[in-house]
Amino acid sequence: MKPSTPSDQGATNPAIRVRGLVNKFGETVIHDGLDLDVQRGEVIGVVGASGSGKSVLLRTIVGLNRQAEGSIEVLGREVGRLNEGEREALRRHWGVLFQDGALFSSMTVAQNIQVPIKQFLDLQPHLLAEVTALKVALVGLPPDAAGKYPSELSGGMRKRAGLARALALDPDILFLDEPTAGLDPIGAAAFDSLIRNLQQALGLTVFMVTHDLDSLAAICDRIAVLVDKKVIVGTLSSLLRHEHPWIREYFHGPRARAAGTGA
Amino acid sequence: MSDGFETERADSAFVLTARGRWEIETVARFDAALRELDPGPCRKARLDLAKVEALDSTGAWAIHRTREALRARGLAVEILGAKAAHSALIERVAAAHPSEEPAPPPHGGFRALVERVGASTIWMVDEAKSVVAFLGLVTIAIGRSALRPKRIRMTSVVANMERSGLNALPIVGLLSFLIGVVLAYQGVDQLTRFGAEIFSINLLAVSMLREIGVLMTAILIAGRSGSAFTAQIGTMKVNQEIDAMSTLGLDPIEVLVLPRIFALVITLPLLAFYADMVGMLGGGIALMLLLDMSPAQFLIQLNAAIPLWTFWVGIIKAPFFAFAIALIGCYEGLRVSGSAESVGRLTTQSVVEAIFLVLVLDASFSILFSSIGI
Repeated sequence: MKPSTPSDQGATNPAIRVRGLVNKFGETVIHDGLDLDVQRGEVIGVVGASGSGKSVLLRTIVGLNRQAEGSIEVLGREVGRLNEGEREALRRHWGVLFQDGALFSSMTVAQNIQVPIKQFLDLQPHLLAEVTALKVALVGLPPDAAGKYPSELSGGMRKRAGLARALALDPDILFLDEPTAGLDPIGAAAFDSLIRNLQQALGLTVFMVTHDLDSLAAICDRIAVLVDKKVIVGTLSSLLRHEHPWIREYFHGPRARAAGTGA
Repeated sequence: MSDGFETERADSAFVLTARGRWEIETVARFDAALRELDPGPCRKARLDLAKVEALDSTGAWAIHRTREALRARGLAVEILGAKAAHSALIERVAAAHPSEEPAPPPHGGFRALVERVGASTIWMVDEAKSVVAFLGLVTIAIGRSALRPKRIRMTSVVANMERSGLNALPIVGLLSFLIGVVLAYQGVDQLTRFGAEIFSINLLAVSMLREIGVLMTAILIAGRSGSAFTAQIGTMKVNQEIDAMSTLGLDPIEVLVLPRIFALVITLPLLAFYADMVGMLGGGIALMLLLDMSPAQFLIQLNAAIPLWTFWVGIIKAPFFAFAIALIGCYEGLRVSGSAESVGRLTTQSVVEAIFLVLVLDASFSILFSSIGI
């Protein structure tokens, strides 16, 4: 049986609950007693200095990195205590978009989108083709992109294709690792609005690691700032008034002023 | 209440009542039935979604597709009772205009086969042309270095000699020793039938020294060092290190290619000599045991069996093989473009082409030596 979807569970139950997370690489402590709640249906942006462990946090939540201590609950299930079958079932409820799309290079875009579908379900060829074409269209790719290989696509199109694969099974949670990195400002803005639009239409919870102040301002409901091995969470306006020196520097520095947040 | 739908005809209208979960795995169960709706003579249709508990994009697509199919039959369709989020999702899916899946790229068929043969023939000719062009570039660079020997990067040459020569000693030695043993055993087995087992020494010496020692070493080095050259230079190409070099005024051929070629041209003859000696040792030990000879007898017989030229004929080929292996290894490395995937592909290709060239050269030498009577 598949695990229950969010609607079955209490509304008080957050999509992701991290408690007392400790991550170390050798002697270097990355996270030290980090707590974080991500509510259902919100877009949370994770920012922090280079090396502060933003991507490590994402990788830990999706199980690519094992934490030293602490608990992580996703959709009400503690990830560390699941057996392999339950973990498999949970994975069906999240999608991950890696930085450059991480598409399988030996497959076309359509085949990439079909990988997760075929992994979990056995669809009729006709319906499979329709669902694939639907995902391609939902992320705003032209229909002929479906038959192309990743090497034939531009960076922005690869990200869209990666997003289509992440959305293949209509996950509840979407993890994005620097979705706008490497895109020109127009492409980045278009990608931001695509994510916002899909988040609203599909009712997604979005966990987004980013460096992009424009993305933060445009689409994030709340922002989690990684400082001093923990997170400080707030809305953009509350963080603008925050006292912490790094946060002040981040939201009031010259680039922030240029992006229009740090007035 | 199970997931799915039911239909009825009421007041000349066709009513479809959807219920339960309309999600990708449940839609898969009733999708076939949904495609075969029969509205009969009705002119109006109502899709009642009030009892839909959950809807994902596939469910929304199924509803949108049904609506369009009914409209195409000339019915007026309205959607009733949908929750706000559900109707928003249906409209988002409708707005995306998914198209039919594009035709998969053509595969198979006689025509495609002919096309592929033609394409790879043209590719082979192009490849040969550009290898020759690269040979020209390298020759010019060698000429420049010969005029100004100070510019040869000795540190790099020595480092490459260590990596492709010294570090290859164990594997080359082991292989040659075992091949020597195999030749000795096979030779004695066959020649004993004619009472000519003493000629096993000739068999061993001629085949080991003339051909097998140098050829096996060259093939091993093509797999070991030729591939390493491609991977090293290819990785640098992916990291844009080659571009950085060019902007700093360094010539990649002088910095990367020449040291590798020089290193291999020096080490391969040495390795081939080593392979010859270890191979003779292995074969010699086996023969002494099989034929009950003393080392002195073996050496006397060996000296009488073959002229010194047999040894030189083998060793002379080594620098040429080395040049071909290093040239191909570096050439394929510089051809890497963009992705890490092409490093892997071209590394494989470099080994195959290097071995091919080595065998072509070996055949040419055989013809040459035979025509001048050595």
